[in-house]
Amino acid sequence: MKRMGLSGNYAAAYAVKMADVDVIAAYPITPQTTIVEKLSEFVANGELDAEYINVESEHSALSACVGASLTGARVFTATSSQGLAYMHEVLFMASALRTPIVMANVNRALSAPLNIWNDHSDAMAERDSGWIQLWASSAQEVFDTTVEAFKIAEDVQLPVMVNLDGYIVSHTYEPVNIPDEEEVRKYIPSKPMKNRLSPSLAYSIGVVGPPEYYFEMKYQAIDAMERSRVRIREIESDFNKRFGRSYDDIYTYFMDDVEYVLLTMGSMTGTARVVAESLRSRGEKVGVVAIRTFRPFPSERLAGILGDVGGIGIMDRATTPGGSSSPLYEDVASCLYSVQKRPILQGFVAGLGGRDVSIGEFEMMFMATKEAAKSGRSKPSIYVGLRG
Amino acid sequence: MSTAFRNIKDVPKEEYLAPGHRLCAGCTAATAIRQILKVAGRDTVVVSATGCVEVATSYFPQSAWKVPWVHVAFENTAAVASGIESAMKALYRKKKTTERVNIIALGGDGGTFDIGLQALSGALERSHDFIYICYDNEAYMNTGVQRSSATPYCAATTTCPPGKMSSGKRTEKKDLVAIAVAHNIPYAATATPSYPFDLMNKVKRALDVEGPALVHVLTPCPTGWRFDTDSGIDIGKLAVLTGLWPLYEVVDGVTKLTVQVPKREPVKKYLEIQGRFKHLKEADVAEVQKRADMLAAKFGLGPVREQVQA
Ligand SMILES: Cc1ncc(C[n+]2csc(CCOP(=O)(O)OP(=O)(O)O)c2C)c(N)n1
Ligand code: SF4
Repeated sequence: MKRMGLSGNYAAAYAVKMADVDVIAAYPITPQTTIVEKLSEFVANGELDAEYINVESEHSALSACVGASLTGARVFTATSSQGLAYMHEVLFMASALRTPIVMANVNRALSAPLNIWNDHSDAMAERDSGWIQLWASSAQEVFDTTVEAFKIAEDVQLPVMVNLDGYIVSHTYEPVNIPDEEEVRKYIPSKPMKNRLSPSLAYSIGVVGPPEYYFEMKYQAIDAMERSRVRIREIESDFNKRFGRSYDDIYTYFMDDVEYVLLTMGSMTGTARVVAESLRSRGEKVGVVAIRTFRPFPSERLAGILGDVGGIGIMDRATTPGGSSSPLYEDVASCLYSVQKRPILQGFVAGLGGRDVSIGEFEMMFMATKEAAKSGRSKPSIYVGLRG
Repeated sequence: MSTAFRNIKDVPKEEYLAPGHRLCAGCTAATAIRQILKVAGRDTVVVSATGCVEVATSYFPQSAWKVPWVHVAFENTAAVASGIESAMKALYRKKKTTERVNIIALGGDGGTFDIGLQALSGALERSHDFIYICYDNEAYMNTGVQRSSATPYCAATTTCPPGKMSSGKRTEKKDLVAIAVAHNIPYAATATPSYPFDLMNKVKRALDVEGPALVHVLTPCPTGWRFDTDSGIDIGKLAVLTGLWPLYEVVDGVTKLTVQVPKREPVKKYLEIQGRFKHLKEADVAEVQKRADMLAAKFGLGPVREQVQA
């Protein structure tokens, strides 16, 4: 084991190197670029024996990854925002063709107006593409989650997107424990998967699925996502045993005798915790719940955790214009519908396009949630910090 | 460059595209694919673009492909092929496989000239070792005969129909081979299944060179061009004999005609047997003839045969 000072992006690159990937196909985009620059460097100086495909677009990046993955190779790509949106069409093919690609998505707002800063609208727009979506909120977590992602992807035969917040995680340097390569290799052996394009099999892949078959074919990928719930937790616990760091689908903080919580995803969880701690010291019974596994969404467990809480504030960093609420809110609301005593939910939309969310604004969110819980009525989504 | 196929005895008997596929009766794209796969053989991966060939050969639970075959989308065929080529190379180098395969990307004119051109350009520039075959039926046939940038001057399609204000497509076809050659690739050629040995030799050379190769194959389409299902091969021949489809190859930048036409047929003969050109006026025919004359001058074909007066 060694300890290195790494940015979130470099942590991803080191994990990919240790995974001994065979193929990388990627296209530059801020704030992802330093991941693939680092990987190019590893390939150029022989530290990583892989084919690096300098594709001409993200559409081709993911297309090349799908082709490469079908041969049984271990494959990685990285993108952000417009790049992910440009991959949109192929994301669905990657999951339905069951290609275990690992992607780092460095979360960034979608244009227009052009904005290179962090929010979650890129990943939320691909919510239904059949990819497992994990969220990492520190450089260490990026490293570990990327290593785990290969294990998960190859185990359940689905692509995995590792999300990290642009700049806040991607460009912040932190000390990271890097395990010995041997240990990583034992965890994710670098032996190829079955070559589905082998002449000895002569499969036809990506065929026309007429109405009599499409449903069942599609369902296989849906079912794989469902089954991945258990496998992800097993893989996490195996990771914990080997490397001594534990991860979970859901993180909870300050949940003893909690009355109302703020639910978050990604790096802003840190601020939420700091604010919750100070509110606790003032006698407020607040807690924080953070989602790490956005797909598959941990509905049952979340309902168990949140079932007795009075009020839940849900902080979305993306929107669904014209929808009944925002993406994260919708998932939380629907998993709580069947609990006995439904908590009051208060939606917040915050930090779009990299807008800072201040301590004061976090306090406001906790208080608005408390108020909603007390009065038994919530307000429509509150756009935190939006100027009139 | 080798000339492996001179007569029928040189052609392998094995078929890698099974009969019973759903391509239209008389579809020459199927003929072209049979010829191509006879050259490439069993150790070949085919990557198909969305289009007629893809939908008509892979309708689950049937598949006409006896070689490994994959389709991902319409515009990314060359990119998928790039990924396969790179992966096979890495796995071989890292001693994770001993398999070596030919990689053939196969796209229609829409999937090649239009929506897939960027991916194709990228793959050619990156110099992947694969061959790209464009089977060109001169329109988007799978979606019901719409114009592509490969549709020839004056041809009628459902999105460039002739009318009071129009006589069909207003512009010329793009020069795909020239575009490919501009990437400094080692091999590019035109072909048509009406000249099977010429086509097969070109596929062989394309496979033999190291790096990317492109073969642009004219595949007459009875449904979209509106001609009898038994005449596709003859129409392909006429395309060559009129000078509208010169058969040539470009090896390391040097262009060579592979089928000489000492006496050209007038383009009228080619145009009048196809419904898509039915609306052409004399002036339009003369324009098309001019185009053929220009191509003839460029590639060194012979003069137009004297018209026998009735
Ligand atoms: C992104 C995208 N746009 C449009 C389509 C619809 N589409 C499917 S096949 C096709 C035309 C194919 O034309 P071509 O490449 O010339 O092949 P052909 O069908 O003529 O063999 C179109 C427009 C699609 N599948 N994907
Ligand atoms: S429409 Fe044309 S290209 Fe398509 S299958 Fe029919 S004949 Fe072949």
